[in-house]
Amino acid sequence: MDPLRILDVDGRLLGPSPLPPEEIRRLFAVLLTVRAYDHKASALQRQGRLATYAQFEGQEAAQVGSAAALRPDDWMVATYRDAAAMWMQGYPWDNLLLGRMGDERGGAPPAGVNVLPPSITVGAHMIHAVGLGWAEQMRGTDRIAITYFGDGATSEGDFHEAMNFAGVYRTPTVFVCQNNGWAISMSRDRQTASETIAQKGIAYGIPGTLVDGNDLLAVFAATRDAVARARRGEGATLIEALTQRMGPHTTADDAGRYREERSLEDWRRRDPLDRVRRHLQASGSWSEDWEHEVVTAAAAEIEAAVGRAEDLAPFGAGAAFDRMFARPTAVLEAQRAELLGEGKAGS
Amino acid sequence: MTEMNMAHALNDALAVALADDDRVVMLGEDVGLTGGVFRVTDGLQERFGASRVIDTPVAESGIVGAAFGMAIAGMRPVAEIQFLGFSYPGYDQIVSHVGRIRNRSNHRFTAPLVIRMPFGGGIGAAEHHSESSEAIYAHTPGIKVVAPGTPAAAKGLLLAAIEDPDPVIFLEPIRVYRAIKEDVPAGRYLLPLGVAEVVRPGTDVTLVAYGAMLRDAGRAAEALATDGVSAEVIDLRTLSPLDADTIVTSAVKTGRVVAISEGHRTAGIASEVAAIVQERALYSLLAPVARVTGWDTIVPLKRTERHHIPSVDRIVAAVRRTLGD
Repeated sequence: MDPLRILDVDGRLLGPSPLPPEEIRRLFAVLLTVRAYDHKASALQRQGRLATYAQFEGQEAAQVGSAAALRPDDWMVATYRDAAAMWMQGYPWDNLLLGRMGDERGGAPPAGVNVLPPSITVGAHMIHAVGLGWAEQMRGTDRIAITYFGDGATSEGDFHEAMNFAGVYRTPTVFVCQNNGWAISMSRDRQTASETIAQKGIAYGIPGTLVDGNDLLAVFAATRDAVARARRGEGATLIEALTQRMGPHTTADDAGRYREERSLEDWRRRDPLDRVRRHLQASGSWSEDWEHEVVTAAAAEIEAAVGRAEDLAPFGAGAAFDRMFARPTAVLEAQRAELLGEGKAGS
Repeated sequence: MTEMNMAHALNDALAVALADDDRVVMLGEDVGLTGGVFRVTDGLQERFGASRVIDTPVAESGIVGAAFGMAIAGMRPVAEIQFLGFSYPGYDQIVSHVGRIRNRSNHRFTAPLVIRMPFGGGIGAAEHHSESSEAIYAHTPGIKVVAPGTPAAAKGLLLAAIEDPDPVIFLEPIRVYRAIKEDVPAGRYLLPLGVAEVVRPGTDVTLVAYGAMLRDAGRAAEALATDGVSAEVIDLRTLSPLDADTIVTSAVKTGRVVAISEGHRTAGIASEVAAIVQERALYSLLAPVARVTGWDTIVPLKRTERHHIPSVDRIVAAVRRTLGD
């Protein structure tokens, strides 16, 4: 299976572009913006202002290209490494930052943003996208659900159950596997003996598509087709986007213990931003000043979000009891009183 | 009012919910065509269609996880797991996602789903089919755990669980599915979650029970009555959150408490009852709280299962100990 590729590493189109030039330019600005966020978040973590952070550098095209194919009301169920895709679907920087600052309000995007808070456990969330899409199918809407996961998550049993349900009930679900080569320290060839992850779709009666995950246009085209198919009621699609995690697993990880630095050289040449920049340069629609302007504006926007998130006063000591149910139970109220030193022990 | 057994009362509750609310869907293994292994969902697929009473692949994590997604999207799914002992593959979904979404999204997303599971032994079933590990779920934050002991309570609590804005694990005592008949109110009938019921008033000792053990607690109370001992019987109905006030009020009145549970003893529901009583009613107690429970062993198979499930004799003996007899 050869991966779908539309834009080569030199920025040349290998076939017709699925997007008009002005849209490619807009998405390049998005790629610059999300990379700025990724770098900013890493820097904040080093300063002790964010808890552990999972960088997505190298995977920007896989996330931006796929999310660009969605409608604003579509459901998204993603992971801790998918901030770029989530932001594109309306999840504010404020919420992403708050989550990494250790504040539950990070998990509450504004009304109308149908993006669940990022899944921290690996694998269990894919079936949620099946249930979400299934509910839309039952209600007769054409809203679809997309879910993001890594190559490691395909080793979980829940990957099988999600794919199987999606196949049996033809749910409007798009499965996007960002195969970034690594599940913390375990390389892709230690996760599965399958030649590709995309081919696993065959076993479930679901089409599988292999794409160059560092090619914005290929990822967009594959996702656009999968989304259209789901919206038409024809069921789910599995997309494997071949990419590379250029950083460690998280800021708490040392990739040097298991990955040769020089193994990344080839991937650096395939950087998902560089090839779009070359493409825009060739058509004369790029300038250093414009890129600088985009990055500066993004940095300001992100900096403002950091300020708002850091300024938000933490929850009070007893607030956790309010978040468990629609209304706290008597048991929780008694425990809150105990915590706050107001009540008798027990109850 | 119609006289029904618990299986019929549950079927009636599900039919009411499916008829009243388009958002209600049922899903589980064999719930449609065959009406479930205990026939609790008998006839519902025929009446409401295969898109609302859904036969699923054999996949407990998938059933719970898909129902969770549906609930977030605004449906009111009622998932069935064939036996509590088969729920463990779905446990990760329950503890890692179902019970957490309201908290981790600060109320932005919620999962109003019900997960029904038959529980407990006493019918000589195969291994894994007689589990009473409800304490695992009662220990899990963010979910409510309900366990009715009678047909009318089963109907009222199931309809309340389906209406509840938060996830509920609904445990159905296998050996009383068809063992008890009583009048069950027709139509929409709700009982509040988190409220225990004094089902038999008494003055000398309090028997706290739930699920199938409620019937045995009642039998023990009858036996004791013939000897002049007046036992009050509390049906817990909801295991999480526990109705501490009803337990404590009764303990203060009688001064003696016997906490009954078919579950394993260590860190079990009876232990929680005992802890509540000693925290809030110690100075009213005339005797230590007694626990009558399943043992900390694997539930024995058919030939010796009776030694595990608390018997009426064991309950009566525990009461006698609290009376100093």
